[in-house]
Amino acid sequence: MNKFKRLFLSIFASIILLSTSVLADKIKIGTEGAYPPWNAKDESGKLIGFEIELANFLCIYMKHECTIVEQDWDGMIPALVMRKFDAIMAGMSITDERMKTINFSQGYADEVASLAVMKGSSLEGMDTPKAINLSTGGSAVNNALETLTAALTGKTIGVQTATIHQNFLESGDVGKVNIRTYKTQDEVNLDLAAGRIDAALAAAVAFTDYAEKSGKDVVLVGPTFAGGAFGNGVGVGIRKGDNSSAQGKKDAKLLKDFNKAIDTARKQGKISELAIKWFGFDASM
Amino acid sequence: MDLMIESFPRLLDATILTIELTLLSLFFGVFVGVFFAVLRTSNIKILCCISYYYSYIFRGTPLLVQIFIIYFGFGQVEWLRESFLWIIFKEPYSCAIIAFTLNTGAYTSEILRSAFETIQKGVLEAAYGLGLNKIHVFFKIKLPIVVKQSLPAYGNEMILMLKGTSLASTVTLLDLTGVAKHIISTTFRPVEVFIVAGSIYLLMTFIIHNFVKILEKKLDYSK
Repeated sequence: MNKFKRLFLSIFASIILLSTSVLADKIKIGTEGAYPPWNAKDESGKLIGFEIELANFLCIYMKHECTIVEQDWDGMIPALVMRKFDAIMAGMSITDERMKTINFSQGYADEVASLAVMKGSSLEGMDTPKAINLSTGGSAVNNALETLTAALTGKTIGVQTATIHQNFLESGDVGKVNIRTYKTQDEVNLDLAAGRIDAALAAAVAFTDYAEKSGKDVVLVGPTFAGGAFGNGVGVGIRKGDNSSAQGKKDAKLLKDFNKAIDTARKQGKISELAIKWFGFDASM
Repeated sequence: MDLMIESFPRLLDATILTIELTLLSLFFGVFVGVFFAVLRTSNIKILCCISYYYSYIFRGTPLLVQIFIIYFGFGQVEWLRESFLWIIFKEPYSCAIIAFTLNTGAYTSEILRSAFETIQKGVLEAAYGLGLNKIHVFFKIKLPIVVKQSLPAYGNEMILMLKGTSLASTVTLLDLTGVAKHIISTTFRPVEVFIVAGSIYLLMTFIIHNFVKILEKKLDYSK
């Protein structure tokens, strides 16, 4: 009986020890795992991608123990607010709309958005500049938007739900288009390839990645977009912190930690290195 | 509270599509259900088998899987995309109706089949004894009994179908659930919006429930 007691007590003690050591500075990072090459899953279901590797480095710099958890995209911000995890790294662009609900660290990478169509589409060969920045405005941007409006009016365009791409199409900058929203980028790609939608709007790398892996004739058309509804780069989403509660202080500190860690990663060239590895070009910022 | 009031008109608008999907699926589903229930009671083994496996497959797999196969799955089939059928399968609306119809049709056929089986032999013998022919017996004797017997179970099926239409939002349709998700995608406040959407569903099931109850009372011949 004594033996059992001792065994039981030692197990109990080790559980307490383990859990306290684990709890110290342990943070959870939420990601989608369905937006390659930003974040995705390999065949075995392991999370991979630019942000997964970057997150691991940031955690080392911050000296936090991290676990990365999966969360459906459309519930990402609510899940953060409900404390299912402490930070978002999911190719999420920093926008004013999202800033109303959560905080963002400084940006770590640029998401370049682009329209994509299937080869042979009438939308190919639009006469627009290579890139436009909606924040700068000016006649070049306005002309490009006019060209896009003329080409896209009445067309059906697919986007992932709750994205900057959906916001942009809904802003009316490119006229009245039929917007179809999908739960994941995979589904957007499937319907683009099936011909159900005339075009799709997402991160350019999401399309090139799909074209490469599926062998489908998906091509980018029109300009690449930045600024305005497209936000100011991709950052780490964190709950709004304040000094009134312990949790609020923790969140405020986490934001500072992330900003410092991103600085370090940038200085050491880690972000560029990972961007080139996953995107094929330097998307760091 | 503000968000609840703000989102209410938009959700109410979307309810029209939900009602449309429910009614159309139930309407077509009844025909599919009657067809397969009659097949099931037939004496020809192959017809009976077809009906059995149809209902086995559609009752044995989740509706979400069915709608995904019909929408995303069939969209991958090259020859289907090049055939005239693509006009139907291209649109999420018709894909949803097809999936819902086939699903509710399977359940309806089972409900009707069991109702057919409750008809007592003596009743039919008496009817034939009175000199009624087969068609008369089907419409005047069998059908009234079947309708009355299957009504409670079918009322249940109607409610299940209403709730099942929420899956239309997974194939880009903006039904009640679809619009609720859309509002959440910009406000990031799921609780308020889903409470309003849920209440609208609840109101609709309340109406169906009472409608069936009144019908049941009307058809109660024992009174």
